[in-house]
Amino acid sequence: MSSPAVSEDLLRTFAPQVLGTLLRRYGTSQFDLCENAVQEALLAAHEQWPAQGTPDDPRAWLLTAARRRLIDQFRSDAARRERELSQAQLTHPLAQQPAPGHDDSLEVLKLCCHPALTTSAQVALTLRAVGGLTTAQIARAYLIPEATVAQRISRAKAKIRDAGAEFPAPATPEDRLDPVLSVLYLMFSEGHTATTGDSLYDTDLTSEALRLARQVYAEIPDHGEAAGLLALMLLTDARRAARTGAGGLMVPLDEQDRTLWNQQDIRAGLDILQRALPGQPPGPYLLQAAIAALHAEAPSTDETDWAQILILYKVLEHTTGNPVVTLNRAVAEAMVHGPAAGLALVDELADHSLPTGHHRLLAVRAHLQERAGQTSAARETYALAARRTLSTAERDYLLSRARRLG
Amino acid sequence: MKYLVLMHVDPSVIESLSADEQQAIGDGHQAFLAKATESGEMLSTKALGDPSQSVVIRSQGGKPQVVEGPFAETKEFMGGYYLLDVDSLERAIELAKELPDASIDGLALEVRPVMFSAGADM
Repeated sequence: MSSPAVSEDLLRTFAPQVLGTLLRRYGTSQFDLCENAVQEALLAAHEQWPAQGTPDDPRAWLLTAARRRLIDQFRSDAARRERELSQAQLTHPLAQQPAPGHDDSLEVLKLCCHPALTTSAQVALTLRAVGGLTTAQIARAYLIPEATVAQRISRAKAKIRDAGAEFPAPATPEDRLDPVLSVLYLMFSEGHTATTGDSLYDTDLTSEALRLARQVYAEIPDHGEAAGLLALMLLTDARRAARTGAGGLMVPLDEQDRTLWNQQDIRAGLDILQRALPGQPPGPYLLQAAIAALHAEAPSTDETDWAQILILYKVLEHTTGNPVVTLNRAVAEAMVHGPAAGLALVDELADHSLPTGHHRLLAVRAHLQERAGQTSAARETYALAARRTLSTAERDYLLSRARRLG
Repeated sequence: MKYLVLMHVDPSVIESLSADEQQAIGDGHQAFLAKATESGEMLSTKALGDPSQSVVIRSQGGKPQVVEGPFAETKEFMGGYYLLDVDSLERAIELAKELPDASIDGLALEVRPVMFSAGADM
């Protein structure tokens, strides 16, 4: 037994590795039992390691503990219906065991983001089976009842079993990565902006998404979008301390105290970006990270390279066809060609692509009206936008802008 | 995203239904509850007492005044709600349309997004 104690992060890093090993052996038909066994092993580690010391090989300890619990479950009455099958599998492993030290985390992540699942089920299952969070922790992060989370997870496991998903998936590591990246991005965004709720930040979800994005990037550093996502998260999260002011009020980018930006995160994001950008056509995450990088490198809004940002938004718009990207381009148009150009683009969007009452559209329009000196129109539009948003922090911010215009 | 499905009830409509039809409403709500729970979208539900049971607290001259119900002369009142957590507004509407209330003339369901959550059953 050795010290120092294994950190919570490291312990949870082992969770998907151990689960991957069990899934290779027993197959996704036993996903539920395997995953429960890993959770119980994590709990046991929490209880035993502080008193007994951290084992020399913590991963092997967890695997042994999980396997023992799994076999107990196989043999228990509760699992009687599956007993025959399970007993056969106990003696006849399904897949080749990987070489020692092989890490199945990414494969487990892909399984949890299986396309047969709804987004909310993918997120809940990922947080539990890959993130190693308990059902109660996930429930707290999303402010939903524990019973609802538990139901989502057990239903998701059943769906994966019914879909007959193979483990590991018969494909290259880069395959089926899209849903994984979008689940991590959603998790990060939820923590970052807290779309419903009174606090702009929910650090747990943000840091969990970052941790998982780091894991994915470490596994496939040459994948442009995996790199882009991690860089985007780092560059966005770097602004965390500056994004809220007194009383928790949201501070917009152009008014943020840039000395509060986390330079270490910015450097890390820029490093990843510089390694990833050359030699490949950039995907949506890389493009968004490149835009975030231009903001991160600028000492102020006026000194920002808006011309370059405008070009990147045009490429991003072309790649995604997403009207919200066009909305962001309107801000860049205004910075390069003046507020009238931006407002014209917003009007065009409102006529064609986005609902007239879309809160982001209204917020951008209000901002551009203010820049154009249309004070009373801006005040009205801010108030309208405030009524349409579902974030209390954003509502308070928009109302304060309206008040500021008298 | 969380949505509150508010049930707007008109007692005279409910009273005009046959016993079988009223039973069907109860059964329909049971089935809905089971389905939304199974899909992992149900957060909580409450049925409210008749508005004749209401007590209204309203400020008068800056001081709270307590008045016993009923407080409004409207035919419709809020009979209860379902709090759902779903992937989209479209899904919330799709679920709400399955409630028996959605197919009875004179009753209505209102779907509203939730902005802030706190408390035990959120």
